Amino acid sequence: MSDVRNSNAIIEVKDLNLYYGDFQALKNIDTGIEKNRVSALIGPSGCGKSTFLRTLNRMNDLISGVTTKGEVTFEGRQIYDPDLDVVALRRKIGMVFQKPNPFPKSIYENVAYGPKRSGVKNRKDLDQIVEESLKEAALWEEVKDRLHKSALGLSGGQQQRLCIARALAMKPQVLLMDEPTSALDPIATNRIEELITQLKKDYTIVIVTHSMHQAARISDKTSFFLMGELIEQGDTNKIFTTPEDQRTEDYVTGRFG
Amino acid sequence: MENRVKDMEMKGDRQKKIREKLMFGLFTLCMLAVVIPTLLIIGFIVVKGIGTVNWSFLTEMPSMGMTEGGIFPAIVGTLYLVTGTIVFSLPLGVGAAIYLTEYAKQGRLTRLIRIAVLNLAGVPSVVYGLFGLGLFVFFLGFGSSILAGSLTLACLILPIIITTSEEAIKSVPDSYREASLALGASKWETIARVVLPQAIPGIMTGSVLGIGRAAGETAPILLTVAAFFIPRLPGSIFDQAMALPYHLYIVSTQVPGMPESIKYGTALVLLGVVGVFFAIATVIRLKFKQMNHME
Repeated sequence: MSDVRNSNAIIEVKDLNLYYGDFQALKNIDTGIEKNRVSALIGPSGCGKSTFLRTLNRMNDLISGVTTKGEVTFEGRQIYDPDLDVVALRRKIGMVFQKPNPFPKSIYENVAYGPKRSGVKNRKDLDQIVEESLKEAALWEEVKDRLHKSALGLSGGQQQRLCIARALAMKPQVLLMDEPTSALDPIATNRIEELITQLKKDYTIVIVTHSMHQAARISDKTSFFLMGELIEQGDTNKIFTTPEDQRTEDYVTGRFG
Repeated sequence: MENRVKDMEMKGDRQKKIREKLMFGLFTLCMLAVVIPTLLIIGFIVVKGIGTVNWSFLTEMPSMGMTEGGIFPAIVGTLYLVTGTIVFSLPLGVGAAIYLTEYAKQGRLTRLIRIAVLNLAGVPSVVYGLFGLGLFVFFLGFGSSILAGSLTLACLILPIIITTSEEAIKSVPDSYREASLALGASKWETIARVVLPQAIPGIMTGSVLGIGRAAGETAPILLTVAAFFIPRLPGSIFDQAMALPYHLYIVSTQVPGMPESIKYGTALVLLGVVGVFFAIATVIRLKFKQMNHME
């Protein structure tokens, strides 16, 4: 396996193993997430790509019976250090989920939720954060006249962009996206993909996707997972055109998965 | 050949239709068997009691050995008791439900606690009365008082509040919890800001059931708070009080020559008081539903 770790890595993963009870879901993962790049995680269902994504902001902590071994370093800190403040970590590493999950609150309250929890109280500051975040998520024009209406009245695609805005409001360094378009129609998907391409200027993005086309279109780096192992990783171009591993080639050419 | 098959199909169809109608009729009957007695009871009490219930009946003290005058002190007593019961049981019950669903590690212990809670709901109310008499009235020295009565009734309805609150909290989708935690909210912030607002309508439903029970119980208050007759209103939570269910029991069985109108009037007022608390809980429930799903 080629070594992709370099000085640009914002997250480094060394010898990561993860178990659900007795079942080993991730095996000896070594990788790095490069700053201001879009990294795609691909592979068939159950290959561990979502599990891996959720190790990066310790969301697996919520599942009982999960054991994580190995090192994940973010900004020089071990994120599995028992003394680490998980809440602070998740403020820096945001997440967007598979199904749009806005809170049953107003659009404004959704975006302001994170900042409020981290202590922003001033109304003006909140107004500004909400507007900026919605603009960043390319949703402002559509919702600026209905900020105090329920987020549940938005379409699926709008809801997902709202969830992105909500994550961006925390000004995270890294944005994790777990199949963010799998519940959306092609047009909404397109908009989110455009958005991701713009966002990588300011954010590091890690995206799990089922769609190889999506990975090929929007990512700079691609990692291919199979049965808990990281089979191959590298520049997206290379993975899709001249993969080194036969299994990678089989997958990206659609022979299985 | 072909014809016979068709004939059979037709017959089968007819049988099916008859069975459909039978089942439909059966279930309709079940529904009526439940609804009609309920309506009859309410109707009966309203018809018999409405003539008695007027402003003076509601606001005057009983007089002439309770055979005349109003039932004001009993109404006030029940209002105090129900309010006290809510104050004690709701925070405690919801807190316990939060612990069981959000914090406790699910396993044998939580299963045991749940079974215990469910069993508590089946304990006869007079046993709660005895428990309240022993613990609150004597051991803690509250005496026969509103405080002792409220605490006893609170124990009685805690199981209802806990079980319904648990269901309400569990029905909040995990995706909301994940979204909140992923935004760097703490566990408590997630519960307070996301889970509870969503669960409150369900919690209110449970509270309504509990309140109805607390307002109507006679045995527990008989042992812990209720007075046969006090010619004044309770001055503090350490005072005894009259209460509607107990008063109803007294006027129905303990006082000779009691006019029937007073009995039914008292019953109707008891229904009305429970109805008012139901209405308040319903308004809160709708408010939160609206807040959660405003367009």
